[in-house]
This record gives sequence, structure tokens and C-alpha cells, in this order.
Amino acid sequence: MASALSRKDFVSDQEVRWCPGCGDYAILAQVQKIMPEFGIPREKTVFVSGIGCSSRFPYYMNTYGFHTIHGRAPAIATGLKVSRPDLDVWVVTGDGDGLSIGGNHLIHCLRRNVDLKILLFNNKIYGLTKGQYSPTSEVGKVTKSSPAGSVDYPFNPVNLALGASATFVCRTVDVEQKHQGEMLKRAHAHRGASFVEILQNCNIFNDGVFNDLTDKQTKADHQLLIEHGKPLIFGKNRDKGIRMNGQRAEAVQLGNGVSEKDLIVHDETNLALAFMLGQFEAPLPTPLGVFYAVSRPTYDAAMNQQLEEAKAKQGAGDLKSLLARGDVWTVK
Amino acid sequence: MALPPEAAGGAAASTALGGSTIRKRGEHRDSVVVRFAGDSGDGMQLAGMQFTAESAMAGNDIATLPDFPAEIRAPAGTIAGVSGFQVNFSSNEVFTAGDEPTVLVAMNPAALKANLDDVPPNGVIIVDKEAFSEANLKKAGYTKNPLNDNSLDKYQIFQVDVTKLTTNALHDTGLNNRAVFRCRNLFVLGMISWLYQRPIESTVNWLEGRFKKTPDLLNANLKALKAGYHYGETTEMFASSYEVPPARIVPGVYRNITGNSATALGFVAAAVKAGRPLFLGSYPITPASDVLHDLAALKNFPIYTFQAEDEIAGVASAIGAAFGGSIAITTTSGPGMNLKAEAVGLAVKTELPIIITDIQRAGPSTGMPTKPEQADLLASMYGRHGESPIPVIAATTPADCFDCAYEAVRIAVKYMTPVILLTDGQLANGAEPWLLPDVDKLPEIKVEFRTDPEGFLPYLRDPETLSRPWAIPGTPGLEHRIGGLSSEDQTGNISYSPANNELMVRTRARKIAGIAREIPATQIFGDANGGDLVVLGWGSTYGSIRESVKQLRGKGRSVSHIHVRYLNPLPDDLADQLRKFKKVMVAEMNMGQLLKLVRADYLIDAIGCNKIQGRPFKVSELTNRITRVLEG
Repeated sequence: MASALSRKDFVSDQEVRWCPGCGDYAILAQVQKIMPEFGIPREKTVFVSGIGCSSRFPYYMNTYGFHTIHGRAPAIATGLKVSRPDLDVWVVTGDGDGLSIGGNHLIHCLRRNVDLKILLFNNKIYGLTKGQYSPTSEVGKVTKSSPAGSVDYPFNPVNLALGASATFVCRTVDVEQKHQGEMLKRAHAHRGASFVEILQNCNIFNDGVFNDLTDKQTKADHQLLIEHGKPLIFGKNRDKGIRMNGQRAEAVQLGNGVSEKDLIVHDETNLALAFMLGQFEAPLPTPLGVFYAVSRPTYDAAMNQQLEEAKAKQGAGDLKSLLARGDVWTVK
Repeated sequence: MALPPEAAGGAAASTALGGSTIRKRGEHRDSVVVRFAGDSGDGMQLAGMQFTAESAMAGNDIATLPDFPAEIRAPAGTIAGVSGFQVNFSSNEVFTAGDEPTVLVAMNPAALKANLDDVPPNGVIIVDKEAFSEANLKKAGYTKNPLNDNSLDKYQIFQVDVTKLTTNALHDTGLNNRAVFRCRNLFVLGMISWLYQRPIESTVNWLEGRFKKTPDLLNANLKALKAGYHYGETTEMFASSYEVPPARIVPGVYRNITGNSATALGFVAAAVKAGRPLFLGSYPITPASDVLHDLAALKNFPIYTFQAEDEIAGVASAIGAAFGGSIAITTTSGPGMNLKAEAVGLAVKTELPIIITDIQRAGPSTGMPTKPEQADLLASMYGRHGESPIPVIAATTPADCFDCAYEAVRIAVKYMTPVILLTDGQLANGAEPWLLPDVDKLPEIKVEFRTDPEGFLPYLRDPETLSRPWAIPGTPGLEHRIGGLSSEDQTGNISYSPANNELMVRTRARKIAGIAREIPATQIFGDANGGDLVVLGWGSTYGSIRESVKQLRGKGRSVSHIHVRYLNPLPDDLADQLRKFKKVMVAEMNMGQLLKLVRADYLIDAIGCNKIQGRPFKVSELTNRITRVLEG
């Protein structure tokens, strides 16, 4: 029975081959840990990936898995999910795979709201090809392919997803196991395309890129944990918050006449707020949590419904009468 | 309704008519080629298709060739905007849409100018006299009206006031001028239907269906059709009508079908026989989109049609659906093939059954999207990185698209491999009568998903076919991972072992080569024991080659014809059959692609006969070339 499954049921017999210390290990561990909680049989679960370090993921999951080609995982997963709505389909991708070579498939998958759980590992670098800047690398990034600093302006994955009409968008970070687990659960519970940006450290080519967010000393002042219906508060002593100043958000110190009720209360269904939070950059803290979650019919369900309706209306397809449709004549 | 002869105009023409071909009512003809040509908004495709349906109902053998511009609406009245539809109907077996029209219907000066070169001396040309206005003549590049300057003396010209007659017939319908003008095609169809004694019931039925919700338009179109028919009968312009008796055709139930419709139906039939849903992932592209349209209307079978964001997603979604156990296909034309290539390589490596349908068009690049070509053969064979063999099947006639689509699925599923199905723009939009197949007698398509976990390995092969098991998600105990990385024999685990890589590459190649044992023996039309020359062809050139070879054999020449449907692997006996002939000529609409394969694989010193004009071979072109080779 599915309910009897444990973490190790989801561990495949393949040796994990990421670099020692890679953030991907933490994500793999969390996914393997959380899967039994969903109560879905292993055989009903499929992990589809593209190319890149993150895309090795399916090999390590003892479920069905498909390691495809660069950027195309959302399209392949769409074909699978549409024709097999009974399956629980996950897409594992990275900043290069999902936002550069596969950007087109990702945005269309999101706007269609195909019921896929999309995990985008964002390490802001090309790891597998050994260290070129990625579409999320910051301007000025010095890499082997940008010795004078990158002049590419980066994508903001959260706002790209929101702009593509995603119905569920959240962000977490590799080392925050508990938060990551919560986000995976929320993403899985959502019906439709769930977009999960996981900030992930590449300790070989981009080590420490999220240090402010993950370092014990600094993270409380840099993380803004957003939760639906709760005011935006952060800081080690939970003494800072975000409020509106005119049409812009600003960080404020609580006290001295500023209280919680002056702060923005997060609303997952407010697209404008989600965009604003997605835009946060230093000195504002980095939001982690569910930016946006709304309900919209899924593409796969809508298409299957059309098939059902056609069958109900016209009956099951009859090949003989189909072939003889239109003007036929008999030659004797 | 009968029109007075005075309304006809063009009295001068009647002498030409009465004087030559048309002598008496009901004169017999074996074979007639009619070309309808007009502005792309004039409804010539519709007139042509309905005339074809009428001819099929009359029991003739038929073949059609539409010829339309890529522009949806090129500037009205210009040469670029001319749209044509040619139909060849006969009491004999028909192989092509005909080299040249017996009758050209030209709705405006541009249509006349664009098509005149194809009309043989003494050919019949019917024009809409009123359309030869100063403005229209100028748009077509005429400085003088060709109807008045004796430049058309070698043809039989019939000047009919189509516009005026249609307007008169519809004067009480309350339609505006524009709507009335759009009924001219039905008037012409009615007139030509009378001229060749076609029954118009099928067109009446079609109109009733088409305009079910707009009774005023139905009424107007029916009136125009009947006015044209009665005009033909009443006017003294046409001294007689013609009779083209029914052809001697294999008994059975027939319908008229285009290649694209036949392709769509072949896939449906295969999925039904396989007992699996059909999934089409496709991005719209000319001339392939009709397959998407046809299948999108058949959801109840069940058929999933996914209009993808691009060509890559089209094939990628099909791969996903195949992984899930559907009969999965993608449809495209040349440019799309290039975009799909990488994903097709993934299907080769993961050994998943998908069909990639390339409805070839004239390239390179955007080329001539509405015109046919056969220049994607080598791209289909070799247009992927790495060693990536794929079965390639090519349909020979519009109706054959059904059989080839069906066969493509059968092979894909049996051998767990992607299959490329090649048709082209000529087959796609051309039509012919199709003897409906007996559904119960279609070849078996057996889908056996692996269910037993005992001894399961993703790449453990069937000893005969070398195909791997189809183990779909949802099956308990068979959880496994596949992917594009080189993988170990049997287990499918990632492997960088040099020897293993070679083993896997060679095994996949052996698997595809092994399909040859199922290919029927090569048929020689002509001299079964060899002779002076054999023409080898593939795809849509079938009709032209067969007709040419027939004609030459009628003159006592030792010429034969071999036409292949399986291009990869080629039939095992093909080389031996070709070697029976002193000369081998490969006729194809490209620079010599099958020629290259034959020369390379068989070391046969074959010669090419090539045309890259976005137009099928004329029978006369082939005959001339064959004759020169025989004599050279």
C-alpha cells in the first residue's frame, strides 16, 4: 500500500553523481522524504527532466523517470500528463534548462496550467558545462565566458512565471529543509502548473551566491518568509517589516510608532502584490514562500473533458462509419 | 431556370466551339483534364473539389492537383494571387492529374496569363468576359486585351458573361454585389458540370450542409449553380456536351480522398486497431495543418490533439505521450523536420514509438510552402546527429497515404522505434477515389505493454525483432528510468563503456535493418526478367512515372517501373531487381537523393532524372528524358 511507503522506497539503486557539497543533494533528500506523505504509489509518479546538473534527478528517484533533452522537459511532460491524467508528473529543471534553451516551453506550460509540479533549481550558473553565466546570473558576473563581466540582464524566475500566467508560484532555498518541504507540499496540493524556484548553491562554480540568505548570521535579516494572511515581518528579532510608502514597498523598523498593523498583509491571490514581492532586491529582503496561488482549470483536465463530452455526444468513435463518411459510391 | 441565349454574349466564340471539338450532344471522351483558375478569392478550389466529387460519383477514375499561392489573399487580380485546381477524369485508369488542361476556366486576365502556357493548341479556354476590364488587364500585365487581339487564335475561346449572368440569376435574392460576386464559382461549376454531364446532386448536398445556418446564401449558391447548368444547356455557345463513361474500376465502395485526409484516417485506424488513444502533437505549418484539423474533429475516438507552442514541443509532447502508452504522432513539413531532429534522436535512443510525418514542400528554408518537392529524403535518413537510423516510408498516391500511415504505426509499435512518414504537398492536397478498406482485414497492430516485473529490464530485447519492452508508467514493479545518455545493454543504466556504446548503436541499427524481412517483394511493372531501362521512383512521382512507362511500353520500348514505399530499410531484393536492367534511372523531385543511396549502397551506376520546380513531373517530361536515355 502506498501509505506504507517510506523515504527509502523512493531511493533508486543508482549512485548519486553530483559534486560533493552540491545543493542538489539537499533537494533530493527532501523530495525523497516528502514523497511518502503524498500517498501516491511509486508507479504513478513520474519525474521528467531536461539537461543540466539538476536534470540527473530522475535517475535517483525510484519512480518512473525520463531524462530528456535540453529544455524540452515541460513539453514532454505535457504530452505525458495530457494523455495520462492519472499520473503524478514532476518536472525537474534548472536556470539554463528552464529559462534559456527551454524558456518557450516553460512559459507555455505555465500559461496552459498543465497539472505539473515544476522544480526549477536556480544556482545562477551553468554547472554541467563548467561555469558559464546563466540567464539568472547578475550583470557583471565574471565567468569563463564573461571574463569582462556579463552584460546580460538576468531573468527573475518568479516574475517570469507570474508574467506567464502561472497559477502557483513559490520560492524556497536548498538548505532550508523544513521550508522546502512545506513548499513541495503546497506545490503538490495545487491543481495546475506549480512553479517552485529552489535557490541552490553550486559550490564549484558559484559558491556562496546565496550566502546572505543561508548564512546563520545573516539570513534572518535577508529572508522574508511570506505567508498568506500574515504581515510581512522579518529580522532576527522579528522587529522589521514591509509597508507601503505611496505605491512602493519599504522595509521599516517596528516600534517608534510603527506597528504590525502598518505592514502589508500577504495575500496569495493578489497578483500585483506577488509581482511586487517578486521584484524585491537588496536592501529589501528576499521573499521565500508562496507568492501566488489561484485556481484555474487545468489544460489536461479541460482537454480530457472535451474528449469525454465528444464521446458522450457522438458515442465512441466508430472506424467503419468514419472511413465511409461523406460522399461514397459503389462500383459494381 | 433557362436563360435566353442573348444573355450569353460572346457570339464570336460559338463558331470556334461548334467548329472543332464539340460536334454533337453527348460526344464521347475517354479522358478530360479541366483546370479551374481564378483569383485566390474566386473559390476555384471549391469549384474544383466539387467538380471532382461529381466526377467520382459519375464513376470516373480521377486525380486532382490543386495549385494555390502561399499568400492567403495576394492582391486581387495579380498573377501572384492566381489559384488553380486541375482535375483529370477518365474512363480509363488515371495516374496523374494530367500534363495539360483540355479545358481551362480563367476567371480573370491574370488566371489566363498564368496558365496559358500549359494549354495545348486547340485547347478550350472559357473566360469570364467581364473580368477582362482595363484595370484587371493592367494588373495582369496585359497592355492589350488578349480577347480582342487575335493572340489567342490557336485556342478555342469561349467568352461567357459569368459575372452578369450570375448577377441576373441572383437579382431577386437581396444579396449585395459582393455576395453575388462570390457565387460566380458556382455558376461556372454548374456550366462545366453540364458540359461534361456531371450529376450535380453531390454539390447540392454539399451546399445544403455548408449553408445550413444561412438559408439566403444557400438559396443564392443553388441558384447560381443551377443557372450555370441551365445556361450550358440553353445557350447555343456549347453545341454539345461530352460524356466520359465510367471507368472500369475494382468493385467496392469508394469515396474521394485527399492525401492529408487519408493520412489522418490511417493514423485513426491504426490507433483503433491497436486499442490505444491517438495523440497528435503538432505546430501548424503548410501543407500539413489539415491533418491536425481532421484529427482535432475526432475527439470521441479518443484522439488528443495538442497544438504545441512550436515544432519541438510538437514532437516532444508526442514522445511524452508515447512514454505513457499512446499511439503518438507529430506532423510537419520540411522546416519543422529540422527543428524536431534533436527530439527524434531522443526517441531513437530511448526506443519509443512515434511517427514523424513530413509533408514535404519545396525548400530550402521557407521555399515555396504550397508546392511539392521530395528533397527531405536524405534529411529523413541522416538528418540527426550521431548514428540514428529510423525507418522511412513514403506514400505514393493520396489514397496510399492511408496505408502508409497505418503501416508506419504498425512498424513503430512492433519495433519500438520512431518512424518517418513522407508525403508531399502534391499528395496532401491532391485527391483520388479511394476503395474503402475492410476494417476487419487491416493488418494486426498488437500493443503488448510489459506488466510482469519478474525479470524485467528496460532494454531486454525481443530476440526476433530486437525491440525493447514498452513498460508504461502506472505499471507496478516496473519503475525505471530512461533517457538520452548512453545506457547499458539490458538495464538501461547510464553507461560510458566504449564497448557497450558500440553494442547499443549496432543493435539499434540491426533492429531497423531487420525490418526488411517484412517488406513485400519488389514488384516490377514491365519486364519482370529485366530489359533496357527501369525507372526507379518513390513517393508522389508514382503516377507520372507509371503513365510515362505505360505509354512508352505501348510504343514497344523496353521500359519498366519500380516504385518503392520503404526507403529505410530498402527492400532486400531491390538491388538484384535493378541489376536485371541495362540502365537504371531514378526519377525524383530533388537533386538526386535516392539516386545517391542507390549508387552508394548498391554500387549501381544509376542516372538521375530530376525536377526542382515545386511541380510534379509531367508525363511528357519523363517520356522525353527516358527516350533520350534509351537512345543515348
